Amino acid sequence: MNIVLERRLEKARWAVVIVPIASFLLALVFGAVLLLAFGINPLQAYRVMVSGSLGDQYALTETLVKAIPLILTGLAVAIAFRMLFWNIGAEGQLAMGGIGASYVALFLSDSLPDPLTIPVMILMGMLAGALWALIPALLKAYLEVNEILTTLMMNYIAILLVEYLYLGPWRDPEGYGFPGSAPFPQEALLPRLWGRVHLGIIFAVLAAFIIWLIMNRSQWGYEIRLIGENPRAAKYAGIDAKRNMVLVMLLSGALSGLAGMAEVSGIARRLYQGLTVGYGFTAIIVAWMANLNPLGVVFVGAFMGALTVGGDQLQVAMGIPAAVSLVLQGAILFFVLGGWVFINYRIRILRSGKQKQAGELNE
Amino acid sequence: MESKKIWILLSLLLVAVLVATGCQAGPGAEEDELQVAFIYIGQPGDLGWTYEHEQGRLMVEEELGDQVNTSTVPDVPEGPDAEKSIRDVVNQGADVVFTTSFGYMDPTLTVAQDNPEVIFEHCSGYKTNDNMATYFGRMYQPRYLSGLVAGRMTENNQIGYVAAFPIPEVLRGINAFTLGVREVNPEATVNVVWTNTWYDPVKEREAAQALLDEGVDMIAQHQDTTEPQKAAKEAGVLSIGYDSDMAQFVGDTVLTSPVWNWGTYYVDTIQEILDDTWEPHQFWGGLESDVVKLADLSPKVPDDVAEKVDEERSRIIDTEWDVFCGPINGQDGSEMVAEGECMTDEDMLSMDWFVEGVEGTLE
Repeated sequence: MNIVLERRLEKARWAVVIVPIASFLLALVFGAVLLLAFGINPLQAYRVMVSGSLGDQYALTETLVKAIPLILTGLAVAIAFRMLFWNIGAEGQLAMGGIGASYVALFLSDSLPDPLTIPVMILMGMLAGALWALIPALLKAYLEVNEILTTLMMNYIAILLVEYLYLGPWRDPEGYGFPGSAPFPQEALLPRLWGRVHLGIIFAVLAAFIIWLIMNRSQWGYEIRLIGENPRAAKYAGIDAKRNMVLVMLLSGALSGLAGMAEVSGIARRLYQGLTVGYGFTAIIVAWMANLNPLGVVFVGAFMGALTVGGDQLQVAMGIPAAVSLVLQGAILFFVLGGWVFINYRIRILRSGKQKQAGELNE
Repeated sequence: MESKKIWILLSLLLVAVLVATGCQAGPGAEEDELQVAFIYIGQPGDLGWTYEHEQGRLMVEEELGDQVNTSTVPDVPEGPDAEKSIRDVVNQGADVVFTTSFGYMDPTLTVAQDNPEVIFEHCSGYKTNDNMATYFGRMYQPRYLSGLVAGRMTENNQIGYVAAFPIPEVLRGINAFTLGVREVNPEATVNVVWTNTWYDPVKEREAAQALLDEGVDMIAQHQDTTEPQKAAKEAGVLSIGYDSDMAQFVGDTVLTSPVWNWGTYYVDTIQEILDDTWEPHQFWGGLESDVVKLADLSPKVPDDVAEKVDEERSRIIDTEWDVFCGPINGQDGSEMVAEGECMTDEDMLSMDWFVEGVEGTLE
């Protein structure tokens, strides 16, 4: 007997909805077994996670706080993945966006009119993220350097650069030597709308909508999708893949940069540790779970935000390490990616007799 | 056939999960008990800083267990999300919150201002509020005593010091230690390496290793774990511990350790809260209280050194003299404290310079 995967000619519409949900439930069962193994009641743990992330106003606001960077970086990853550019570098591009925005807040805000500070921070944040993403894009487009390696490695350069700045030249002169830049002036802070939820939530939703429009309603979006779905056909259609690679990565980096700007200006309110806590990596899960759909990213981003906040609650309320939620995130990605296989392929079980036949045919 | 088996297995698993969860009851907190929460930067298993706070908490449980209910949140980083962890325990019903790391200062103050009915105690900072006190110890006193031991026991007069951040607390410790070293051995120097982290076993060990490679024959430290001591032991080098009596965990190559002893302070403070006599304060106890101590000396330390330590300890406890009484020279040899003068608490708490004999920079 032999099991083979056979590509489905047509994707079943229902599968696109059912498979992610089923995969998610399987991940929960997997998590439950794990929790049981540690002597923890999984139902109670899940209840704590749900009430801790959605149960009241405060919990909801914290979930949205986490959702903002996850949505923005999720979009960044999704558009790059759409054209098969494996941008693993959203974390670093976010860090560079944080640096760009912080530079404006710390050193330019005095010479800028107050209402211009935030817009200039947004521009600088997006520009810094975009330029950081441009490097691996150019390397890939013109020298064929593997982008998985370059984007991944450039994360660490950016993260350490942030550290260097807040430990060294940008350290608060009045901070008694403690790491961290000076606090941003008032005009450099994104207004908070609800709890710690800041204006970044509007950026995130707006960005998702714009990206959706680009991908689904514009010529450029069509080109990107074609490159991703059938690179050869795209080539014959005369689409310039290299140019698109560079443009898409500029946009991708700008989105992550915007996430970094929103984090330093809306949450940390200075440049210090805690800027790069892995949003750019979780973004990969977000993008895949959303099937690279920009509007899906909004919901999955909010969902992953809830999972993160709920995981922290496990620690506070039940004394379970918050790392459990990371295990769950990993399990969800694993099962969801596994699930996509079933959407794109069908499983055929070949009896030994048939296998022989198939073998003969191949000869 | 195969797929049926898998389904049966999965269903069984699900049933097992449901049965198991039905059997357990959630922990219920007693309503009339005082809810006391501790925010930790690391794990009690660090055998150092957090371990000692945990010992203090256990003493509270032992002595006041029928009136209070304590809980802990470990591994809370000193970043923007510390505020969230502190808010979480308040939302969970904490009446008193002990935040046990310097970097929690601003977030503790923010949450304190929003929750006037909750009492906050912040360890090692300098900001207070109507419902927020600070507590700390004059660790520089036992540090000085440990310096006497190190100064007498070094053979090549090169002592390494693994240090976290160049903030006044740490500089005070390095300076006091060096004053002790030079009191008995004016030839010796203290080499400082910064890790820029309180709690990171890997970085702490690497920093110690770097010093050992430079040829120091004694390792002192201002970190949270026993890693520098272990690295020293493996290199066959003596060391001075910190936080806890590290000889207990590493062996008699640890000559002694300046240690924290929070139990009495925690019990007394919580008793005040129970009695409704608590008021905001800035507690800074020395050797005369027992919040700081010098651990027992290793058998490797000769008697005459032990006598010298006892002598100096009595001088400090009898307030005849304190560590930062002149004459004291700065790193460049210029006079910082004149003979017959002593630094005020305020000057000590904002110390930003090195004494003569320290090799290293303030960054």
